[in-house]
Amino acid sequence: MPEPIPAAYDSKIEGNVIFTRLDAAMNWTRKNSLWPMPMGLACCAIELMATAAARFDIARFGSEVMRFSPRQCDVMIVAGTVTYKMALAVKRIWEQMPEPKWCIAMGACASSGGIYRSYAVLQGIDQLLPVDVYISGCPPRPEALLEGLMRLQRKIEGERSFIAQKPALKRELSEVLG
Amino acid sequence: MTGAELLDSLDRLFRGKILSRIEFRGETTFTLAPQDLREIAQFCRDELSFDYLLDISSVDNFGCEPRFEVVYALYSLKLGVHLRLKIALSEEVCAVDTVSDIWPTANWHEREIYDMMGIKFTNHPDLRRILMWDGYPFFPLRKDFPLEGKPSEMPDVAFSQVAPMEGGPFVTVPSTATTKDREPRARRPDLNE
Repeated sequence: MPEPIPAAYDSKIEGNVIFTRLDAAMNWTRKNSLWPMPMGLACCAIELMATAAARFDIARFGSEVMRFSPRQCDVMIVAGTVTYKMALAVKRIWEQMPEPKWCIAMGACASSGGIYRSYAVLQGIDQLLPVDVYISGCPPRPEALLEGLMRLQRKIEGERSFIAQKPALKRELSEVLG
Repeated sequence: MTGAELLDSLDRLFRGKILSRIEFRGETTFTLAPQDLREIAQFCRDELSFDYLLDISSVDNFGCEPRFEVVYALYSLKLGVHLRLKIALSEEVCAVDTVSDIWPTANWHEREIYDMMGIKFTNHPDLRRILMWDGYPFFPLRKDFPLEGKPSEMPDVAFSQVAPMEGGPFVTVPSTATTKDREPRARRPDLNE
């Protein structure tokens, strides 16, 4: 039996320290506190409200903090029909959200214009914003929105966002650590 | 005074100015000349107790002359009587006097008709578009405006694009057939002809 490799062991901190990748830690914190920007534009907003209320309880996924200031939001939930008159306002609010940010197109109208093949309706919010998750339905049930949120969480888990977003920090770290 | 007597008295008093009177399923429609609208509307409100303007709507009879119709739906809350006033407008004129000082609710109705159909209301206090944005170049409910829309661009304000019409457009067929035959279906114009 080989001798165990001697390692520094401090009983005071053992059990209180976790080693992980920086990306994994950052993504873990991000995905579990996605603060939504409730961009409620039509009937989907009613389902969005139901999702936030007690029966479906979006708080179970860390997203109960609906912020009405885009400066404090992580994910924009576009819930409803985006008319051309509203489209640039939605884009402006999206641009006011700080990075990193994600977008959920909730329902048929936000995804593709839905039943509104018309002169007045933008045929999908993805013509203006990068959409991460599309949710089908007219309107989608709250379960569908929660499923979409969970898929977005899984997507965030796999991102290499932090290192990609902070090239200066990465350089600094590699200099310090050698 | 009953509703029928009320409408008869209007008919009698403005005999020369009422172009036609149509009775259909208990509904009365008077057709007027556009220049007589305000006088008769004022009389209807002040003397005949038509104190409630239910709605104003407009019709585009594209291809016919005169092209446009404006329809005023009046109601007397006191007597429970309906009255419909209709005026015809040719495309060259395309303007009629406002009634928004007689019934204030007409203000937004007239703005909507201006926005969607392009009929102007002279002496309207605030004739701006109400649904589309200021500067939108088309009148979308006119019959010669395509269902899928037209592209337009106003930098930093709004834009519009042509909507895809795969499998469409979904249109009803005007007929007296059953609902099953009349309901909206994908009928591509190029396939039907």
